[in-house]
Amino acid sequence: MSEAMQSAQALPVGSEGKRSGGWWGVLALIVTEGSLFGYLLFTYFYLASQSEQHWPPDGLPVLLMPGVNTLILLASSVFVWACERCIQRRLMRWSLASMALALMLGIGFVVIQLNEWSKLGYDMTSNLYGSLYFTITGFHMLHVIVGLVILMVLLLWLALGYFDHRRYAAVTIGGLYWHFVDAVWLFVFTTLYLTPYLY
Amino acid sequence: MKDVDQSTPDSSLSRVPEVGCAPIGSATERRLAELWESAPGWRGWLSTVDHKTIGMRYLVTAFIFLLMGGVEALIMRLQLARPDQTLLTPEQYSQLFTMHGVTMIFLYSLPILSGFSNYLWPLMLGSRDMAFPRLNALSYWVFLFAGIFLYASFPLGEAPNAGWFNYVPFAGLEYNTGPNIDVYALGMVLLGISTTVGAINFIVTLFRMRAPGMSIDRVPILVWGTLTASVANIFAVPSVSLAFFLLWLDRQVGTHFFDVLNGGKPLLWQHLFWMFGHPWVYAVVLPAMGIVSDALPTFCRRPLVGYSAVALSTMATMLLGFGVWIHHMFATGLPTLALSFFSAASMVISIPSAVAVFAWLATIWLGRPVFNTPFLFFAGFVILFVIGGLSGVMTAAVPLDLQLNETYFVVAHLHYVLLGINVFPVVGGIYYWFPKFFGRMMSETLGKWSFWVMFVGFNLGFFPMHVAGLLGMPRRIYTYAPHMGWTTVNILTSVGSFVFAAGILLFLVNILVSLKRGVPATSNPWDAPTLEWAVPSPPPAYNFAVIPFVASRHPLWEDRLGEGTGRSSLEQGYLLMEGRETIGTTPLDATPDIILKMPDDSYAPFFLGLFSALVFAGLLLHWRDFTLLMAAACSLSLMVWMWPRNALVQRVPDIECDKEAAHV
Repeated sequence: MSEAMQSAQALPVGSEGKRSGGWWGVLALIVTEGSLFGYLLFTYFYLASQSEQHWPPDGLPVLLMPGVNTLILLASSVFVWACERCIQRRLMRWSLASMALALMLGIGFVVIQLNEWSKLGYDMTSNLYGSLYFTITGFHMLHVIVGLVILMVLLLWLALGYFDHRRYAAVTIGGLYWHFVDAVWLFVFTTLYLTPYLY
Repeated sequence: MKDVDQSTPDSSLSRVPEVGCAPIGSATERRLAELWESAPGWRGWLSTVDHKTIGMRYLVTAFIFLLMGGVEALIMRLQLARPDQTLLTPEQYSQLFTMHGVTMIFLYSLPILSGFSNYLWPLMLGSRDMAFPRLNALSYWVFLFAGIFLYASFPLGEAPNAGWFNYVPFAGLEYNTGPNIDVYALGMVLLGISTTVGAINFIVTLFRMRAPGMSIDRVPILVWGTLTASVANIFAVPSVSLAFFLLWLDRQVGTHFFDVLNGGKPLLWQHLFWMFGHPWVYAVVLPAMGIVSDALPTFCRRPLVGYSAVALSTMATMLLGFGVWIHHMFATGLPTLALSFFSAASMVISIPSAVAVFAWLATIWLGRPVFNTPFLFFAGFVILFVIGGLSGVMTAAVPLDLQLNETYFVVAHLHYVLLGINVFPVVGGIYYWFPKFFGRMMSETLGKWSFWVMFVGFNLGFFPMHVAGLLGMPRRIYTYAPHMGWTTVNILTSVGSFVFAAGILLFLVNILVSLKRGVPATSNPWDAPTLEWAVPSPPPAYNFAVIPFVASRHPLWEDRLGEGTGRSSLEQGYLLMEGRETIGTTPLDATPDIILKMPDDSYAPFFLGLFSALVFAGLLLHWRDFTLLMAAACSLSLMVWMWPRNALVQRVPDIECDKEAAHV
């Protein structure tokens, strides 16, 4: 009998934080989703660099509201992180409040973004830029909506008292996905809103 | 729940895994079987998450697709056997060669390897299942539904018809107005989901589910191959899914990605397609090469020569494989500098490939080969690999490729690599693992016949295609004129293809006969070294009665090889039977890290797969409300699936609070 097996060390049972399968699974999911956004942005730069049209056709994008919206999304991520910290410190009420706040900020992002869309004078079919803009931000919007459903479900589970400081892997895993959705927005924002200022 | 009752409150959150023995027939073993077996009847059939069942389903389904693609090829060969034939119309021919490619590349070649890996990984790694058993079921169901989806328009005469790589603008709405391309586009996005979740499952399984002691340098090469392919897939598949989705948007929503008139670029399609396509080529061969690297040494009666070199060359091939996609686009007018770079990168790939070839040759050379059926298939594979590899290096040279592009030479090359490196190892692998799958040996006589008929038929069929290509015969033409000088090579190819088909038929007959009358197999009939041969044939539902401890790369050959220190322990190990459990280990050293609670059988994967297929059907038919409804059904299925369960200790156990309350 080997020594490695004789060790009488107690092992955690079940979905324990970063040792759970789900944590690893969502990391792999993020890699593949990150690649998807990579290809989307490749498509944007590939087409933009060869375009003979004025780019963007309607002139440089306005930065104020999208910038504020970016901060809102990042703040939402901070509160998801805070929610997890509160669980670790056994502050269950605070964790609930933090998650609810994160959810509301996320919904705020969606509302502002929809409003931004409606103000634009073009849509997916108007021109090449419109196709790119709405496909890329649309893909991101879809991810935000999925993320919001996840946050909502996590809020429900927290409210039902499913988790405490010993078992809360779902919050860690769902939270990581939300952080990804927010981080990838920074790339989308940089590409669509900032790089047009460079040329 | 009764398990939790017996244990102390604390043990539901952490405990020392019990070590013991569980011989066949003991009470412990019977309890394990009870825990892991699926319910009988249709309930178990729809809800099972057993990797062996799912693996077998993958193998059978993919093989049926191989036969379908094969029949399509035979019909085309009848059409091309003589010049000026009128068996098929040009449109029928286009649909046949497209569906032949789609079927073989997407519905056969990777799924069949996923079948092997699904069935074999947990057995090779000393685990009781994959990391995500329900995800495994989902990936199968989505694969099946995507296959049906892609074939849905075939009976209507509206199948995809723009070739498997589906170049725009020909695949655009302007030239292709029917539903053909929409079926292909949506079907591929759906299939991409299956490939992606399957790949994620393999990756996490490798890193988390190995038996204690099976450090990263002790895993079989098949595991390396499938891991490499899976990592590549999660990076590459989004590219093709996106390409098909953008094409669908262009066709049905009116966007302008590939629309030349409005600044879109058709070449974008080729970039996105081949950035995926070339890594995919390696994804469908590396696991098959892994099959050979694991099985060939058994018949050479010695370990594989150069294990580390082969494992590293597997990964090197894949890494380089991401930097060669332009070699599919040499004739598109890209700058010479780009062509030179990608040409050089393509040639460099021959180095890691040669490392593997020489490792196999050295293994045969230094061993004492046993010339039975699986060995013949693996040795035949090495020859075909070398031929296919050589024609690959030839087409990697830009000037020669400009001459050979779009000719039958390329068709010959890709069939040598895909049949040579995929079909031959797969058939050899089935001969090798058949006793493990079904507890019976396959017939050697029929086996040798099937090999020689397949090998002769294959070379007779596909070698003349090189000549046809050099004589200038373009691919994808539905017929040719008698004075072109292609008549002889085409009749040879047609005859060869039917001989090859006869070989496959012999193989199928062998399977059917052996299933009924094969000699019963012991747990290790080939005297092979790896863990899957330590369990009974066929393996019980729980795989390993105790989780083994692994001390070397060849746990069943330790007495002979004397490699490593200490001995693997197969009879005595972790019992882990408070519900479905297995051990999770650390990614590199495989030291015990966590006791994983494995899920029970579940209908959620089937329904999630069904509803997601219906979402795509709704998109295809422009049923907006139906699509939204099905999307809602998908999220509902996912919520049911993900709901934190006490049994999996995904949430804080209630029972513990009750007990504490009782104590107070």
